[in-house]
Amino acid sequence: MIDLSLVSDGGIGWLDGSGPQSHLVLSTRVRLARNLAGHPFPIRSTEADRETILSEVQEAAATVGSLRGSASLRLDRLGRTDRQLLHERHLVSKELAAPDADFPPKTGSAVLLQGHLATMVNEEDHLRLQGLYSGLALEAAWAGVGTLDAELGQRLAFAFHPEFGYLTSCPTNVGTGLRASVLIHLPGLVLTKEIHKVLQSLVQVGLTFRGLYGEGSDVVGNFFQLSNQTTLGKSENELLDHLGKLVGQVIGYEEQAREVLLRDAPGVIEDKVWRAYGLLRYARALSFEEAMNLLSGVRLGVGLGLIPDVAVYTLNKLLVFTQPAHLSAMAGVDLAEDELPTRRADYVRRTLDEEAGRHP
Amino acid sequence: MKCEACGERESVVSLTQVVEGEARTVGLCERCAAEKGIQTAASVEQTPLGGFLSALWKSAEPGSPAELSPPGKCPGCGATFVDFRESGRLGCAECYRTFEPALRALLRRYHGSTHHHGRRHVPSGAPADNSTDDVASGLRQQLRLAVEAEDFELAAQLRDRLKELA
Repeated sequence: MIDLSLVSDGGIGWLDGSGPQSHLVLSTRVRLARNLAGHPFPIRSTEADRETILSEVQEAAATVGSLRGSASLRLDRLGRTDRQLLHERHLVSKELAAPDADFPPKTGSAVLLQGHLATMVNEEDHLRLQGLYSGLALEAAWAGVGTLDAELGQRLAFAFHPEFGYLTSCPTNVGTGLRASVLIHLPGLVLTKEIHKVLQSLVQVGLTFRGLYGEGSDVVGNFFQLSNQTTLGKSENELLDHLGKLVGQVIGYEEQAREVLLRDAPGVIEDKVWRAYGLLRYARALSFEEAMNLLSGVRLGVGLGLIPDVAVYTLNKLLVFTQPAHLSAMAGVDLAEDELPTRRADYVRRTLDEEAGRHP
Repeated sequence: MKCEACGERESVVSLTQVVEGEARTVGLCERCAAEKGIQTAASVEQTPLGGFLSALWKSAEPGSPAELSPPGKCPGCGATFVDFRESGRLGCAECYRTFEPALRALLRRYHGSTHHHGRRHVPSGAPADNSTDDVASGLRQQLRLAVEAEDFELAAQLRDRLKELA
């Protein structure tokens, strides 16, 4: 199995619940898409092209302050569980992790990890620069990724068009190449059935929403990833300000919804969140979806002050560590599909027991 | 009408295939169509690019991108516009020049603009190279946030990097 001890915080610093608005916002991600001039984009590239890209990037990265001491991992030389583990930690995209056994990773797929930064190589674009931060931290994420981009841009010739900006394989990313996403927990809006109205209005003003794992992933556990839809025509700061303002509004709506729930149905809510806690604490088998939904209930209970003594960090960690590759990594063997529910329930129970032990 | 493959769900797509010189049309539901590799409008529109491309190809007004599917291959990578329509991805930076009129219309439609406003890449050493300013301002911003967060270890590292730049 992969050794992530070389990566600071094991690459899960973003889970620590320390960032602004951590009671509602799990994480903020800003990514920039970049390509190297004079080389075909990955979709038309040969193995040799991708190896060239990787060595050029590694050479440049070696002299970049933001990547000092970074760990470099070649996805094409890692096993499937290890690749999936990186994806579950949000350190590489699904495309780079290539979790489907029928479509192994492309030669030259790699990621450089340093602190909050992940530099993906030979993904849909030659480079995907990602900054992943705890809580609502658009400014910090942009400062981190923007610095990395400027440093790499001093050493690498990026594909840039005077009118269209940074050129990307998919024209939906062209221009700034910037996608900022905020992963937010909105159970209040789901329970009060206001969520569709809110999401619809966000789409009308240029945002898009996805599930926990980005494009094509389902919404589970009432987590929504809100991000900018377009990348061309507005500056990086304009895109980030717009997203930040709208996320601020959504936070306001969610808090209002929670007040309504507590005012109109306090008994129902209290019962719901404690039942969720009870099931997680004592269940012997949990599917991923059930675990996500119950964790959402407990997170709501913690946010409303109904369930004391469960840290947001513990809940965040459970979101990631109850997933298949993490359960396999903890077991030290690749677990079969039918072993996962019991292993998951064991891990959740143990974690919540420890937490309760700390707060008798 | 029920889907002719599973017999359960309503058919939403009619698929015409020529088998041994004979045309046969079958009605399929969305799931069975997807299994045969056919994207229905509903499945296409689930991704932003899918929605974007399907809106584009539906368009039939004169001068619209559908009318402007340019022939020929990109000299940079050999990709055709049909390749792009099928994969949703361009093959290289040169594709943007090769298929510029069609792409310009496409960008306007999707992004509402064709003009980049934001950071500009200047090749290293060129007269207008302002990348050191970008690095310095990024580091200063990170430093301020680190101090605000009382992360003094990080702040010290950032201060060192700023000194190295000067």
